[in-house]
Amino acid sequence: MSGLIGKKIGMTSIYGDNGKMIACTVVEAGPCVVTQVKTKDGKAGYDAIQLAFDDKKEKHTIKSEKGHFDKAKTAPKRKLAEFKNFANEKSIGDVITVTEFEEGDFIDVIGTSKGKGFQGVVKRHGFAGVGGQTHGQHNRQRHPGSLGASSWPSRVMKGMRMAGRMGGDTVKAINLKVLKIVPEQNLLVISGNIPGHKGSYVLIEK
Amino acid sequence: MDAVKYVQDTFVKGTELPQFKAGDTVSVDYKIVEGNKERIQTFQGVVLQRKGSGSTATFTVRKISNGVGVERIFPISSPFVVSVEVLKTGKVRRARLFYLRNVSGKAARIKEKMMVTTE
Repeated sequence: MSGLIGKKIGMTSIYGDNGKMIACTVVEAGPCVVTQVKTKDGKAGYDAIQLAFDDKKEKHTIKSEKGHFDKAKTAPKRKLAEFKNFANEKSIGDVITVTEFEEGDFIDVIGTSKGKGFQGVVKRHGFAGVGGQTHGQHNRQRHPGSLGASSWPSRVMKGMRMAGRMGGDTVKAINLKVLKIVPEQNLLVISGNIPGHKGSYVLIEK
Repeated sequence: MDAVKYVQDTFVKGTELPQFKAGDTVSVDYKIVEGNKERIQTFQGVVLQRKGSGSTATFTVRKISNGVGVERIFPISSPFVVSVEVLKTGKVRRARLFYLRNVSGKAARIKEKMMVTTE
């Protein structure tokens, strides 16, 4: 496996070889610096590497963080993330760029979905609602209906799907195709949509 | 947004089209691929609107075919749009001519804009 941290830039569309339009997401991916290498025999007890992405000012960095970045001889970064089972041996201070991927690769993208606020059961769980406006329905078109029967179970079952906060979850979009790579601008053009709003950080795994 | 524009400019290369806007009568040649055969079809009508910006912009053309109104939306930078010919320049007072859907006959006429070249 290989991976990168990226930032969602926005969506557009390009044309495929057959002339068909393909919706795509533009992601600024990398360059990422390896700031820590964890090994099975070492202190951590498992194999992983920690990547850092997106520069921030030194005045916004606390001293303990600064020391961590100094070990990798890099400027302070905003986003840190750990990747397990990295295919290529990496050592601390290495820089990983979009050239880690190739056009036509299938990747997974992990991000935090857009927050939707407090939503009802129709939007949140795909309930069908009542389905009509007549036959005595006047104010319950999008209601969940019965929660539990009377004699058995005579209670509401655990895990009953109800209205509540929706979105803001960690979502993994799998098997997305890398359409184009722009190494000079660190851009990846990924087929389809990815979780999160513009400017949000995403983890890209191959 | 600059990165999005960069991607559009780099990877989307449409054919050069002449300038036209809503109210103009155009004839659009577009490519149709059936299996491994290709042919060119022409769609002639009035431009109802131009929509969007950059490489994802589209335009809508409306014509009356056998008494039935037909509208087609073309992406401006689609490789299937071979060429656009402006037949008439219309004189209209709005950017989107959706009122044409509700009128027919005399009311659906569009005045032609006369161009005068001065030396």
